[in-house]
Amino acid sequence: MALGILGRKVGMTQVYDETGNLIPVTVVEAGPCTVLQVRTKAKDGYEAVQLGFADKPRRLAPRSELGHVSAIEGVRAKKRSESGVATLPKADCEPQRFVRELPKEEGDAAYEVGQKVTVDAFAEVKAVDVIGMIKGRGFSGVMKQHGFHGLCASHGVKRHHRAAGSIASHSTERGRSGKIKKGKKMSGRWGNERVTIRNLRVIRVDKETNSLLVCGAIPGPNGGYVIVRKTNKKVGINGVVVVQATKAKKGKK
Amino acid sequence: MAKQEQKKTLLQIAEESSLRKPEEKLVYEIGDTVNVHLRILEGDKERIQIFSGVVIATRGSGTRESFIVRRIVAGEGVERMFPVNSPKISKLEVVRHGKVRRAKLFYLRDRIGKAVRLVERRPKAEMAARAAKLKAAKPS
Repeated sequence: MALGILGRKVGMTQVYDETGNLIPVTVVEAGPCTVLQVRTKAKDGYEAVQLGFADKPRRLAPRSELGHVSAIEGVRAKKRSESGVATLPKADCEPQRFVRELPKEEGDAAYEVGQKVTVDAFAEVKAVDVIGMIKGRGFSGVMKQHGFHGLCASHGVKRHHRAAGSIASHSTERGRSGKIKKGKKMSGRWGNERVTIRNLRVIRVDKETNSLLVCGAIPGPNGGYVIVRKTNKKVGINGVVVVQATKAKKGKK
Repeated sequence: MAKQEQKKTLLQIAEESSLRKPEEKLVYEIGDTVNVHLRILEGDKERIQIFSGVVIATRGSGTRESFIVRRIVAGEGVERMFPVNSPKISKLEVVRHGKVRRAKLFYLRDRIGKAVRLVERRPKAEMAARAAKLKAAKPS
């Protein structure tokens, strides 16, 4: 697994760095996560680690979820054990609210079911990617969604002030293909989708409170669940190379 | 952990290191005439620049807390906003307390010349001593 952890966006604030500059940061409550399952090439066809974050009450979890995190007793379990079917290893924890799989990469450390992943793992990391669901905005117009300027307020414009205007001319796009260019910015549903913000500077890793301070904004509302992973970008902020490539990659250079 | 600390949110904990320690807290009130000592970096040398004026407002909390100092330079009003917790503020001296009745002194912006001055507020103990002295001096 590329180094990653699940967490919750707490909110934004500002902190001073050692030179006295004020930095905008987002506080992420990251982990501790429990490894719920390890996907293997032999069994599942791919390598991944399934992590769980934030306990949820047992009464809210269906039996299938309970059985996923811990061994449950029942007629079927009894029958299986009697017939000699080995049970899968269980994390033996409470059911988790937020469960995600993170792909495993070559050269990663082995993970075992039940193992805890804490924010300690990020102690040496300089920059991270944060993945989350952005706030749903519903059906939004082009001015709100794409920052179009709209049309004139006056000069004879009638009931057409927030419109996009022309979307193509007959001599170019429409005339040739009869269709509007793909990806043309128009109004429509906005938000409520998975977004990755790459290469955010890690300001602080607090082991005591399991919190991670990341420079800048991250997707989603306060309290929203996010995935934090070591950035896969090679060049850091302002073109400065962030030295955190794995050893294998260093050798290639 | 102490009980008080448990109540703190993660945001507050994150801010903690950026806040001034209790012994380094800036002590001032609205209407005070203050000297703000600023650390200025010139090349690799550091020097102190002083901005003096009247505190006309404070706003915000936590690391975002700031105050506005207003002064008159060559007949032109100049205002500067300082983050309270900025490490670039090395010292803050209160020169005199102004007698004011509100939290935001934006009305000073409309005033020109002598009207800008605030009446000095003296500590109660000092005033009482002065009154007693006058009383003693007066033959009853």
